[in-house]
Amino acid sequence: MGFFAEVLIGGLFAGLMYSMVAIGFVLIYKASGVFNFAQGSMVLFAALTFVSIVEKGVPFWWALAITLVAMLALAVAVERIVLRPLVNRPTMTLFMATLGLSFIIEGLAQTLWGSQVHGLDLGVSEAPVKIGSISLSQFDLFAATIAAATVGLLALLFNRTRLGLSLRAVAADPIAALAVGVDLRKVWGLVWAVAGAVGLVAGLLWGARVGVQFSLSLIVLKALPVLIIGGFSSVNGTLLAGLIVGATEKLAEVYLGSRIGGGIENWFPYFLALICLLVRPAGLFGETQVERV
Amino acid sequence: MQFANVTLTVGRALERYRGSLRVVRGLILLAAALLGLPFVGNDYLFSAILIPFLVLALAGIGLNLLTGYTGQLSVGSAAFMAVGAFAAYGFQLRLSALSLIVSFGLGGVVAALVGSVFGLPSVRIKGFYLIVSSLAAQFFVEWVFTKFPWFSNNNASGVITAPPLVILSYDFASPQGRFQLTFAIVVLATIVARNLVSSRIGRNWMAVRDMDTAAAVIGIPIMRTKLQAFAVSSFYLGLAGALWAFAYLGTVEPHGFDIDLSFQILFIVIIGGLGSLYGPFLGAAFIVLLPIFLNQIAVKYLSGFLDPGHLENIQKILFGGLIIFFLIREPEGLARLIRVSQDKLRAWPLTAAR
Amino acid sequence: MTNWVRVFATTLTVACVTLAPGCNKNASKESADQVKSGQAPESNREQYFPLQSYRVGPYAAGGTGFFGGFIDYLRLINNRDGGVNGVRLTWSECETEYVVERGVECYERLKSGLNGAPAAATNPLSVGIAYATLDRSTIDKIPLITINHGRTDSTDGRVFPYVFPLQLNPYSEVSAIVNYIGQREGGTNKLRGKRIVTLYHGSPYGKETQPVLDILAGKYGFEIKHIEVPHPGNEQESQWLEIKRWQPSWVILRGWGVMNPVAIKTAVKTGFPVDHLIGNIWSNSEEDVKPAGTAGKNYISITTHPSGTAFPVLQEIKKYVVDKGNGNLQDLKRFGSVYYNLGVINGILNVEAVRVAQQKFGKQALKGEQTRWGFENLNIDDVRLKDLGALGLLQPIKLSCADHEGGGKVRFQQWDGEKWVLISDWVGADRDLLRPLIEASALKYAEEKHLKLRDCSNEATL
Repeated sequence: MGFFAEVLIGGLFAGLMYSMVAIGFVLIYKASGVFNFAQGSMVLFAALTFVSIVEKGVPFWWALAITLVAMLALAVAVERIVLRPLVNRPTMTLFMATLGLSFIIEGLAQTLWGSQVHGLDLGVSEAPVKIGSISLSQFDLFAATIAAATVGLLALLFNRTRLGLSLRAVAADPIAALAVGVDLRKVWGLVWAVAGAVGLVAGLLWGARVGVQFSLSLIVLKALPVLIIGGFSSVNGTLLAGLIVGATEKLAEVYLGSRIGGGIENWFPYFLALICLLVRPAGLFGETQVERV
Repeated sequence: MQFANVTLTVGRALERYRGSLRVVRGLILLAAALLGLPFVGNDYLFSAILIPFLVLALAGIGLNLLTGYTGQLSVGSAAFMAVGAFAAYGFQLRLSALSLIVSFGLGGVVAALVGSVFGLPSVRIKGFYLIVSSLAAQFFVEWVFTKFPWFSNNNASGVITAPPLVILSYDFASPQGRFQLTFAIVVLATIVARNLVSSRIGRNWMAVRDMDTAAAVIGIPIMRTKLQAFAVSSFYLGLAGALWAFAYLGTVEPHGFDIDLSFQILFIVIIGGLGSLYGPFLGAAFIVLLPIFLNQIAVKYLSGFLDPGHLENIQKILFGGLIIFFLIREPEGLARLIRVSQDKLRAWPLTAAR
Repeated sequence: MTNWVRVFATTLTVACVTLAPGCNKNASKESADQVKSGQAPESNREQYFPLQSYRVGPYAAGGTGFFGGFIDYLRLINNRDGGVNGVRLTWSECETEYVVERGVECYERLKSGLNGAPAAATNPLSVGIAYATLDRSTIDKIPLITINHGRTDSTDGRVFPYVFPLQLNPYSEVSAIVNYIGQREGGTNKLRGKRIVTLYHGSPYGKETQPVLDILAGKYGFEIKHIEVPHPGNEQESQWLEIKRWQPSWVILRGWGVMNPVAIKTAVKTGFPVDHLIGNIWSNSEEDVKPAGTAGKNYISITTHPSGTAFPVLQEIKKYVVDKGNGNLQDLKRFGSVYYNLGVINGILNVEAVRVAQQKFGKQALKGEQTRWGFENLNIDDVRLKDLGALGLLQPIKLSCADHEGGGKVRFQQWDGEKWVLISDWVGADRDLLRPLIEASALKYAEEKHLKLRDCSNEATL
């Protein structure tokens, strides 16, 4: 039983980490309807920038502040230069544009900071801590706390602030929002900035977990099933979906995978997402689209 | 008077058979390319430029039939290419009496079957969410071919190598031969696609793309149409995959058909233009030629100033920038851009100054 | 239809115009004829090494180190000796980003030489690219060097005349590791009943050695379990929990890229003793361990060469190349790292092959067929190693027509938090056990491709 619990909890923690990345997607999709594939590169850019600045000797909190500013600038620049001219284009075109954008950001990151691998030390060790009969990694607990805090902050943002209200209005019906005087451009800019900040947090957590190197941007392929299951436009849904994906993925790898040869972690979440969609075609928490003839 | 009569008759005949004359002219050009090009170009042109260009264009046509003409999104095209390649390899290996062309065809058929299976969810899932089905295919197929050695003739690494490319005792192994094989197959496939698209099947596809509820209302069988699209598209992708493995790379591992290749094909289709048959050719030219072009320029003019790593990053940034530029400029792709420019050129001296 | 015929024609013209140098079919034939007839015009006084390098992308860390070392060694030979017997070495790089298609395009672009200088060999340092250029290299007669990796059965030069998995092939690797584990346990007879796990990267490279491990398990009586980590290996929780459940005494890591540091960290997280984790030849560099931070202390890995700068050849490189500001590395702290030294060794082997070939074919720029002879007759013993300044860095190596590997020995090193420390002497593989397996696999390939085997006893001249 202890083993099962360990796998399950390990999976839940991993799922939270996936959610961290997926939340960035959700924010942008909710506000501007764009599936931002470049989120992965933004995570990489954030991690790389932070690590390179720290290695030059800048103290931790200053480096964090500088990186945050850089991410905000990047996000706003992207929104203005790339996304605005492409408003109202079909989803696929936007998706492709963000794919092209990911090339640019990756190239930029490597031009600025080189292609070396770095370790990232956030001051929390990986050593396990025993709770009952289960050992949990300290770092996982730390990451889970941060993830929960982020989601909590975002929930506050959406439900208690003016910006959050505007955002929900824009997500529900952009034209109506325009009609009541919401400044779409400002909202978009702010949302992208927030997504950039979330990307920074995700970048730091993942960078500490696996090291800061190029394959960090491949995290996005793990976040996709989370997005699909949770529906593209719900932060809470993403969190829940992340937990589901993480847990089932790990359990399947251990119990199912050992029967059929292992290595099923890559495709299992996608099949899970497929089944979820067949049952609920807009994701667990997504909005069903109404079609009119 | 006689002379006028003759010219009149000839002129009328030319008018009447104008369409067929165009076809004949086209056929002659193609035949010239097929037979004449091998004497003009060198290894590099064939092995590294023309063959990947043609194969990617064929894959682009396949994906375009599904996404451009039927409106079903798919991000896992490389998986179907892999199925085609491994299936063709399996047939050629185990039933060596079969001709190579037949093996290719059968590989395409197997890919079509697999494609239909992964196309089933499209009946229920619509819009952007449909990408989950092809993504599942992408990762699952990669895993299957790596995990089960039977597919690669029990090679421990899961790698397959091209069988001897011999058809009717004519050896196509040289770069020129591989080019001719690829060219012939791609041209034939495009002609078939052309016919499909302008037939009732194609019109059904476009109806489903434009508004499938309305299509259902007027009696088009939605599920059958969608599955047809998936099947035909996967057939083309499977064929392209077999060519990619055998005519281009020679040896291929399952990870050679990874998600980056899928994205490449998607790029080709979107940049070239959805819903057109020569769009993929333009897109393939963009994807294949542009990086090489950038690389050659960079190496020639900039290699003194920057080290290769920086050079490469700058090319990447430029490439991404050009993609975005073209998407902003003409979101319907290069095909439309060229058509618009052609129209402008045709009317040029007569248009009023802006 | 004429529309896209037009498009096609335009594309073709654009392509030809852009790549005008490439469109001249006769360029490479000319220089080939000249070399054959023994004439040596001025431009042929240079020997060319095309470099399908990768300096960006996920594996850039390894690429910059390896190609840095390779280029620095070539520069050393030019600067210090004026080339190999007067024939200067030249090279050019073509970025592949470790992507197979680009590796193939680079190969095709560079294979015909540079300004008349013929290509000696290709060194792509990539399994995928090696596989894709294998057939081409054989047709074009240019040796394909896959040092410390590659297709194991290409060791059999009778079936793969132009492919060289120099120094170490994957089978030798794992056999040596098993022998070392045996040593640590007090003798290979003590292996009976022990449990060993192979944690491998989900790719052909990772899977390559499974059959051999199974055979060795049968021979020595230990239990073996193969656990796969799907690419890229960012997440290994479930795999390591399974390992924890099965409780093996040793874990062999066949990793690549990000999989390595994550494996080390996850091992610590699940409580597996890192000093019983042995990394293979592509899990053995500083770049693999550093991101793991403190978790990496006491991690063991194999190496065909020590890291460090104490060797005379490295000191020479420092004197003649690096101190003059011509060093290829951006970050000078990497001088002497595992990848850098691998590049230097690769340089030594390539240049020695050219030197050996020149003894037979004359002191001139050589074609691929001739350098192939050079590789196959490489025989570097301790005396020669001392001359080269690489005693202790490179193992004695002897190739032949039928044996394209030559070495097959490794040493073991342990990470102390700052650098690698050697903890063993040379440990060899069970080559007698492995050779029949290699030959069987090579024969199968030959059958599939309808190839005729070379007769090595008859290979006196070209």
